[in-house]
Amino acid sequence: MLPPELQEKVEAMLAGVDQRRELAVDVMYTLQKHYGYLSDEALEEGARLLGLTPLELEEIATFYDFIYREPVGRFVIHVCDGVVCWMCHAGWEACPTESIMDYLCRKLEVQVGETTADGLFTVLPVCCLGYCDHAPAMLVNGVLYGPLTPEQIDEILHQLRTESCEVVICR
Amino acid sequence: MAAFEPVLLKNLQPDRPATLEEYRAGGGYEGLAAAVTKYTPQQVTEMVKASGLRGRGGAAFPTGLKWAGIPDNAPHPRYVVPNTDEMEPGTFKDRVLVNADPHLVIEGTILAGYAVSAARGIIFVRPSYEMMAQVLERELDTARQAGFLGPNILGSGFSFDITVHRSAGRYICGEGTAQVNAIMGLRPHPMKGVRMTDRGLWGQPTVVNNVETLACVPHIVRMGPQCFRDLAACETGAGTKLYCVSGKVNRPGVYELPSGTRLREIIEVHAGGLPSGSEFKACLPGGASTKYLPKQFYDVEMDFEPLKAVGHRLGTGCIVVYDQNTCFVGATLNIIEFFARESCGFCTPCREGLPYIRDLLWRLERGEGREEFIPLLRQMAGHMPKSYCAFAPGAAEPVLGLLQYFEDEVREHISQKGCPFKSSKFKIGP
Repeated sequence: MLPPELQEKVEAMLAGVDQRRELAVDVMYTLQKHYGYLSDEALEEGARLLGLTPLELEEIATFYDFIYREPVGRFVIHVCDGVVCWMCHAGWEACPTESIMDYLCRKLEVQVGETTADGLFTVLPVCCLGYCDHAPAMLVNGVLYGPLTPEQIDEILHQLRTESCEVVICR
Repeated sequence: MAAFEPVLLKNLQPDRPATLEEYRAGGGYEGLAAAVTKYTPQQVTEMVKASGLRGRGGAAFPTGLKWAGIPDNAPHPRYVVPNTDEMEPGTFKDRVLVNADPHLVIEGTILAGYAVSAARGIIFVRPSYEMMAQVLERELDTARQAGFLGPNILGSGFSFDITVHRSAGRYICGEGTAQVNAIMGLRPHPMKGVRMTDRGLWGQPTVVNNVETLACVPHIVRMGPQCFRDLAACETGAGTKLYCVSGKVNRPGVYELPSGTRLREIIEVHAGGLPSGSEFKACLPGGASTKYLPKQFYDVEMDFEPLKAVGHRLGTGCIVVYDQNTCFVGATLNIIEFFARESCGFCTPCREGLPYIRDLLWRLERGEGREEFIPLLRQMAGHMPKSYCAFAPGAAEPVLGLLQYFEDEVREHISQKGCPFKSSKFKIGP
């Protein structure tokens, strides 16, 4: 069961539209924001409110990059692996062959897709973010960072560890 | 040619979107006011047809013709879907456009709605553009309060409203039929043989237009189709174009220029040229779904027809510049990895063919390439048009470009048993 306030919030969203399933993604975002990820229970409750079967909602949930069906860290880092970010990582003098993704994984001691032991960070690849004029770029909980250097990444990670940060999307 | 005045980015501010007042001061919503009081919907469609406006999202379909695809006796309600998914690698013009002047896009959408007698517009926004979604929602409210949106617009009896649809992020959602499925809460697979103007959103007539395309419409209605045509720099072009330039240039960014401006001018004058030590090797002229455009075409007019004449496509007009240190096997591998991952997996040529191409490129880059890979790559790329939608043929373009212009480089990978670009490694640029 969803907490009553959450249930009411979702029901209010759905009351405003003719076709409830048009809000499938918004409902998933809302539940994900509450639970930290889209748990099995959240998926089933979401489907019920949307008038879909859990399978119908699962079909969509597993399709999208920004719906997390497994627990993720407090900060989800989506690293752009588009061709412009691939090309523009000048400044990586210490290690000219290391990508942002490699650097982050090394710093955070995780593999791509994993969450750090302290539960703070999850690193995921994402297709071109549309910030090619700020390449190389990454998105942390919906906030854009770029153009990145290793020093800046260190600074950003430090800041996220120590300061409160507004969550813009999803979570 | 007279001094060039921007049409799409004229209200661009360094740090914030233009307000409704600023937009109106430059003639904003005059086109809408004229349309709903003086012109019939058919007349608006005719004006857009006469303007020569073609889709800016990559497919270059004539916009007026698309709208005219909805006959007068088609059922209601009808929908307009401004496509702001923009996930083509190298493309960020719509982000800049909407954040610069949200009301331009809103007015363009309302005019499209009027032309096809639609009841509702649904702006489809990708998740990394969340700030844009919030700007749009705020400005839609402002437009509603000013009487430009909602019931009985400007007392004309025409009612139309717009909402923002947030996506959860997949490249294929930019394809029109997939986008409509996504809005309906279905898995966003493209549909084959379905005309959106017949049976689109909720089975009703629907037009899906790129937001840059829609942003051209207020100018066409306010100033007339000929005025719009005259903005172009080449014979066959119409209007201005947002060229976004990224990669090896000094000033990456979005530049609004007469459609058909020469590639050399865009790169050297507007984007500040290449950094010192870098030399132009080739570019992607319109995102990752277009063929590499090498140096011999440096003076080509960047518009649909001139590029078509030399065997290329304008695509989204978003130019990714590569210098002489870029390994094109590596660059193509990056692009194909993207496409192989983003394939929706629905049809076989795309789902099976792209990973096959990726593996061939991967082995070439790792020094495991063999001579027979070259005809094999050609053959596999040749299968891509057999797929359901334009995704896979688009993905094949950089591969075909690689083989057409840089086959020597591929052969060097084979003969040297590895990447000849010293500092290059799998996944990494120069």
